[in-house]
Amino acid sequence: MAKDVRARVGVGVVAVGATALIGAVLLWWGGYDPQVAAGAMFRGSFGSWNTFASITLVRSVPLILTGLAVSLAFRAGVWNIGAEGQLYAGAIAAVWVGLRGATLPALILVPAVLMAATLGGAAWAMVPALMRLRLGIGEVITTILMNFVGIYLAAYMVHGPLQESRGVFPQTDRLVEAARLPILVPSTRLHLGFALALLLAAGLAVLLRRSTFGFQLRAVGASPEAARVAGRIRTGRVVLASFLVSGGIAGIAGGVEISGLTYALYEGLSPGWGYTAIAVALLGALDPIGVVVAGVFFGALQAGAGAMQREAGVPAAWVGVVEASVILTVLALARLRAVGRRGGS
Amino acid sequence: MNEIEIALFLESGVRLGIPLALAALGETITERSGVINIGLEGSIIAGALGGAVGALAFGDPAVGVMAGALAGVAVAFVFAAFAIGLGTDQIITGTAITLGGLGLTGAVYQARFGATGTALTLPTLPSAPVPLLSDIPWIGGALFDQAPTAYVAYALAPALWYFLFRTAWGLELRAVGEAPIAAHAAGVRVRRVRFLATVFGGGLAGLAGAHLALAHAGTFAEGMSAGRGFIAIAVVVLGRWNPLLVLCAALFFGAASALQFFLQAFGFDAPYQLFLALPYVLTLAALAGWVGRSRAPAALALPWRSE
Repeated sequence: MAKDVRARVGVGVVAVGATALIGAVLLWWGGYDPQVAAGAMFRGSFGSWNTFASITLVRSVPLILTGLAVSLAFRAGVWNIGAEGQLYAGAIAAVWVGLRGATLPALILVPAVLMAATLGGAAWAMVPALMRLRLGIGEVITTILMNFVGIYLAAYMVHGPLQESRGVFPQTDRLVEAARLPILVPSTRLHLGFALALLLAAGLAVLLRRSTFGFQLRAVGASPEAARVAGRIRTGRVVLASFLVSGGIAGIAGGVEISGLTYALYEGLSPGWGYTAIAVALLGALDPIGVVVAGVFFGALQAGAGAMQREAGVPAAWVGVVEASVILTVLALARLRAVGRRGGS
Repeated sequence: MNEIEIALFLESGVRLGIPLALAALGETITERSGVINIGLEGSIIAGALGGAVGALAFGDPAVGVMAGALAGVAVAFVFAAFAIGLGTDQIITGTAITLGGLGLTGAVYQARFGATGTALTLPTLPSAPVPLLSDIPWIGGALFDQAPTAYVAYALAPALWYFLFRTAWGLELRAVGEAPIAAHAAGVRVRRVRFLATVFGGGLAGLAGAHLALAHAGTFAEGMSAGRGFIAIAVVVLGRWNPLLVLCAALFFGAASALQFFLQAFGFDAPYQLFLALPYVLTLAALAGWVGRSRAPAALALPWRSE
C-alpha cells in the first residue's frame, strides 16, 4: 500500500515537472521570457499569505469539489464529463433558494442553499444516468450535451426569471447575509467552503475505503461483469448512486461558489472548472486526498496564470494547454508503468 | 411565411449542418475502426485557426481550407499517438486534447492577433452555385448554392458508404472496430488502421473548422467551435454509424439550429438563450427517442494493446 502511494506521488511529481518543462518551452517559443512569466506566476499564487489564502485557496475550492465529483464517478466506471453542467444546475438551485428564503435565519438558510445545490447537481446527473441505464446510451456524450444545456439555462435565468431587480446587468440579486458562507480566515476571502471541501474529501476517503457502498463502487468500476456475477452486486443501482453522488458534489461546487464568494449568479460563473476537474482527478490519482492536493495545485496555477497575463502579457488561455499536458503525462506514465510491470510485453 | 423565408431557413439550415456533416463523417470512419475521438472539438478549433491563418497569409481562402485540414490532422495525430500508440484511455485523452486545443488556439490567436477584441476579417470562401441543380425550386438554392466545402460533404457521404460496405479495406476497417483480436489474427494491422482512421477523421474535422471560419463566420473567435465536435459525435450515433444517415442527421441538426433565427424572425418571443440550448436538448431527445439500443462498433473505445 505504501509503495502504491509512493508510486502515485511519483507519477504526480513527474507529471508536474514535465508540464513545467513543456510550459517553459511553449512560453519561450511564444516569444515570452519564461523567467519573468514564472516569477509572475509564483507571486500571483504563493507571493504572500493573503495571495495564497484569498486567491490560490479560494480558486482551489470549486476545483477540489468538482475534482472529487469526477474522481468518484471515474472510480465507479462512470464517465461523468458533465461536472460543468451539474455545477451550473447546483448554482441555479442555490441562488434560487437563497433569494427565496431571504427572511430565514442563517442556521437554516445556509444548509438549505447547500442542499438545493446538491439536489440541483444530482438532478442534472439523473438525466444521463437514466439514459445509460434505461436506454443503453453512453454517458460521455450525454453528460457533455447536458453541460451546454446547463450553461445556457443559467444564461437564460440571469437574463430572465432570476435577473436582478434593477434589471440592468445579466446577473441575479445578491444573496442576503444569512445565505452566505462565513469567512474562514479573517481579513482574507477564504470562506467556509474550503473547510467543507476538506471535510467532504475526508468523508469520501472513508466511504471509499471502509463502507460497503465504497467497496461495491470500486468493484463495479474495476469490472462490472465480475461485480455482478461473483460479487452479486446490483451494478445498475451502484452506477445510479455513483452518478447521483458525483452530480451532487459538482452541484455543491456551484452552490459554494455562489454562497461563499460571488453572492450572485452570472453568466460564465465557471471558466470550465468541470473540465479542469478531470485533470485534477487524474493528477490526484482518483483518490480524495490526492484530489485535495491536486486541486490546490491547479488553484495556484489558475491564480498564477492571472498574474502572468497581467504582468508578463501571457494569455491565460495557456492554462488549457497546461491542463492537457498534465492529463496526458499522467495517462502516459500510467501506461508505461503498466507495460513495464508486464515485463515490457 | 412565404417562399423566400422558407428558402432562407433551408439555406441557413444547410449552412449550419455542413460543418457538422464534415466532422461527423470523419468521426464515423474513426469510430468504425473502434476509436472514439472526443478530441474532435480540438481538431475543429485548430482547423478554424489554421484556416484563418492560411487564408490571411496567402490571401486565398482555398489555401486556408487546406491549412485548416492539416491543422485538424496535426491535432488528431497527437490524440492518436497517445490513445492508439500508447493505448491510453480514449475518453480522457480526447478530453485533454479538446482542452489543449481550445487553450492553444486561444493563446496563439491572442499572441498573434492581439486580444483587443477587434474582429479579424478574413478572405471568405464564396458560395459556388451548381448549374441547373441550384435552380431546383425550394431546395435547390439551399443545397446547391453553398461554399465548395459543402459539396465535399455531399460527395463524401456516398463515397464513404461505398468504402465501408463495398470494399476490402472498408471490411478490414470495420473488422478492426468490431473484433480487433480476430482482425489481428487475420493479419490486419489493428493499430495502423486505427491510426489512419483517426487522422482521417481529424482532417475532416479540420475542414469543418476551416469552413466555420472561412465560409460561415468570415472571422476567427476563441472557442468558435462552440461544442460542434461533441454534437458531431452525437450525430454519428444518430446516423447509426452509416455515412448516408450521418449526412441526413447532420442536415436535420443544422435545420434544428436554424430554427432559432427562423422563430426569432417571426417575432416568436422567447429569450435567445433558450434557443441556444435547443440544439443540445433536441440531440438528447433524439438520442433517447430514436436511437434506442442501436449498436455501436463492438470494440469502440477499447484500446488495442496485445501486439
